[in-house]
Amino acid sequence: MKRLTKTFFAFLLALLPVMAMAQIDGEFIKPRPGKFLLQNATVVTITKGVLNNTSVLIEDGKIKEVGANISADGAEVIDCTGKFIYPGMIDGGTKLGLVEVSSVPETVDYAEIGNFSPNMQALTAVNPNSVAIPVTRVSGVTTVLTVPAGGLFPGTAALINLNGYTPDQMYAGFKGIVMNFPNSGRRGRFDRRSDEDIKKANEKALKDANDLWDNAKSYNKLIADGAKLDYYPEMAQLAKATTGELPLLIEVNAASDILAAIKWVEGKGAKVIFTGVSEGWRVADSIATAKIPVITGPIQALPTRESDRYDTPYANAGKMAKAGVKVAIRTDDQENVRNLPFFAAFAAAYGMGKDEAWKAVTINPAEIFGLADQYGSVEAGKVANLIVADGDPFETKTNVMHVFIEGYRMPLSNRQIRLYQEFLDRSPGLKVN
Amino acid sequence: MKKVNYFLAALLGLSIQFASAQVKKGSVLIKNATVLTVTEGTLENSDVLVQDGIIKKVGQNLNAPNGVTTIDATGKYLMPGIIDAHSHLGLDVVNEATSPIVAEVRMKDMVNPFEVGIYRALAGGVTISHAMHGSANVIGGQNATLKHRWGSTDPADIIMQEAPRTIKFALGENPTRVHGRGNGIQPRTRMGVEAILRNGFNEAIQYKKEWAEYNAAASQKGNTALSPVHNERLEILSDILDGKIIIHCHSYRADEIYMLINVARDFGITKLVFQHTNEGFKVAPEIAEYTMGASVFADWWAYKFEVYYSTAYNAAILTENGAITSINSDDAELIRHLYHEAAKTQRYGGMTDEQALSMITINPAKQLGIADKVGSIEEGKQADLVIFEGHPLSSYAVPQMTFVDGVKYFDIKEDADDQRMKISATEMVEPVMIYEGHDSRCMQDTESLFETTESLFLLNQ
Repeated sequence: MKRLTKTFFAFLLALLPVMAMAQIDGEFIKPRPGKFLLQNATVVTITKGVLNNTSVLIEDGKIKEVGANISADGAEVIDCTGKFIYPGMIDGGTKLGLVEVSSVPETVDYAEIGNFSPNMQALTAVNPNSVAIPVTRVSGVTTVLTVPAGGLFPGTAALINLNGYTPDQMYAGFKGIVMNFPNSGRRGRFDRRSDEDIKKANEKALKDANDLWDNAKSYNKLIADGAKLDYYPEMAQLAKATTGELPLLIEVNAASDILAAIKWVEGKGAKVIFTGVSEGWRVADSIATAKIPVITGPIQALPTRESDRYDTPYANAGKMAKAGVKVAIRTDDQENVRNLPFFAAFAAAYGMGKDEAWKAVTINPAEIFGLADQYGSVEAGKVANLIVADGDPFETKTNVMHVFIEGYRMPLSNRQIRLYQEFLDRSPGLKVN
Repeated sequence: MKKVNYFLAALLGLSIQFASAQVKKGSVLIKNATVLTVTEGTLENSDVLVQDGIIKKVGQNLNAPNGVTTIDATGKYLMPGIIDAHSHLGLDVVNEATSPIVAEVRMKDMVNPFEVGIYRALAGGVTISHAMHGSANVIGGQNATLKHRWGSTDPADIIMQEAPRTIKFALGENPTRVHGRGNGIQPRTRMGVEAILRNGFNEAIQYKKEWAEYNAAASQKGNTALSPVHNERLEILSDILDGKIIIHCHSYRADEIYMLINVARDFGITKLVFQHTNEGFKVAPEIAEYTMGASVFADWWAYKFEVYYSTAYNAAILTENGAITSINSDDAELIRHLYHEAAKTQRYGGMTDEQALSMITINPAKQLGIADKVGSIEEGKQADLVIFEGHPLSSYAVPQMTFVDGVKYFDIKEDADDQRMKISATEMVEPVMIYEGHDSRCMQDTESLFETTESLFLLNQ
């Protein structure tokens, strides 16, 4: 035994020089918390106007103070002269973190089997180390709703901040049960069903939805009456939507379906948010009257009908906003959520206007998620999700220079940037042979 | 018999020329625009005079000849018509997925001028698109270069007849999935893809030799030589070897790109453009030295494994290494805002305005072999033009008018909302198409080879 130990140590000793030689190049920059003073910027608060020559103090993950003369005591000062500070952008609907490579099923975690699975938690499947997350946040998107898909009630969506090592660290305080409202239209290019079949499928799906909803209400009533029920996690979860404990995110797109959905939610007592809503412009007044908030997108999409004007998807968000609907914008993407600012720009250019488009990616989603006291604007007391840019972040020419998430200063790097650094001036270059 | 064939061929040729002679050509004077010529800088407050479809004069204080309409473009930007080097718009069918080599099929036989997507592309300033065969085959069919003359009902009228011939190649996951895993034949790997290419070209060399020998023998008196059997597939491969056709190759990974460069060099092929080319940045010096460059997405990645190690800085790295680089759509939606896609190269790699604009004008024109005719605002070139409100590289830019051969085909202020030329008599209710992800058609018409349409949906880039 002793000899063995001796041999082992001798072995270790022999290894030492090798270990000493092994080195790792470069410094990995991690997200860094701290007290930061962003000094002398133009602050676009969203809710309180544009403030010139203003500083923002970040402490304990919060926006501590917004003002002209803030003491730099103990703070790391970042000079922002000539720069702009905006709140971090919020994407109202993505699959970010739930999928790594779309065509590789082993990496796709947003669609569980079954038509009725509201208890599937998107937050559980979020991969905090998804390569797409740092790719997204350098664009200034700091918070996203990540949403399960497929079936009538595919699961529960969760709002996450794009920093953290566990899903719970990322969780930003909102969950909602997703419902795909029965679709009376075609599902796309590959949907070759007859009109008759589509109608039948639609009627069946509506009946299923009604039955499930009634059962969920009965479930609540029976529980309240003290009944002992079998373990039924799906129903237990949907029951939370019937009482308004969890909001219901209803994915609905065709105009006739939107009207049907407005009727369907009437008197149900659910907290309803419409998502998708690609034909919202056709029935914008009805949505406004029903006072149902909308998360719409993608903005860069084809018109839903051959006969539609080419720019209807660009103009949709603006038309709903003008009719009085509270509108948030989503990309409905996974790897290219970074395009959210550009989607907002298109909505702005096609009728929404810049101010309203900014709200649609900041304060409006915050309000829709019931988190306006924490997110969506640059105000003291809110979570320090902030971006610093040298211009309008909706423009491709603009550089986003700093991103803060919950007060952490985020490294502005990702795999795509590292590939650029490695390959821009490759060595060896061309070897002529 | 042969003579009759020649006669018929001549007649056919004549009829095509006759058809293209019907193409509309317009005259117009566009005044006081900021003219983004792309090749000759930016001209403030300048005029462009178009006569009979050709840019006659670029300058200041130009006057409209009698009968020529004047358009006041004060405060607006004028740029060359946008050219998309990878599209499947206006095609009835995209993939002949039955063999690893289908060089004999032609997209110009499949052109559908009624597709409303053509108008929608015009509304995004796109005047020319490269209508490509799909990516199911190592050597796919021959492509067609289209001019977006919306309203023409004759397919011949929207084909740019003077454009050189091009052909689709495809490497990597798509052909290996369709043929190797789908049909159980070579290629199932990237090794097999190379073998298909080399075998194909060697067969074509043999075929050419047989014809050469026969032709030599046939000119001898009293010869009894039998002619080789005509093989259209090998005829086309021979034309590629003879430099008569430009290869446009669907590709993603650096290794497969490098492989095709080597194959092309071995067979003396120089007319080669890479399409998609997501990992082109890794072999940018080789692409720059040996090919006609790469046509890439601005930012698409991660939709399949071979594009996982991508970077949105691809176009910038290729450009900085001297490769001709264009930005394409491969998508009926993306084609509507290629100006915005080009602008993304300014965020990802700091391209100048001129570099970014080149990627959707003169560079794709070079890759399609039409740079002497289109792709910039220069006197003598075809008058494909777009007027923008706002600089075209701004995220807030809105195309206002689009001209092809001096004829206005899109006007934001005048056009009717419903642009369909053909309405279905059998569909009682117009279908509502809800967005379900990218709508690329590279793998269209291969549905039967897969278990479900859903798996196809994931694989269609």
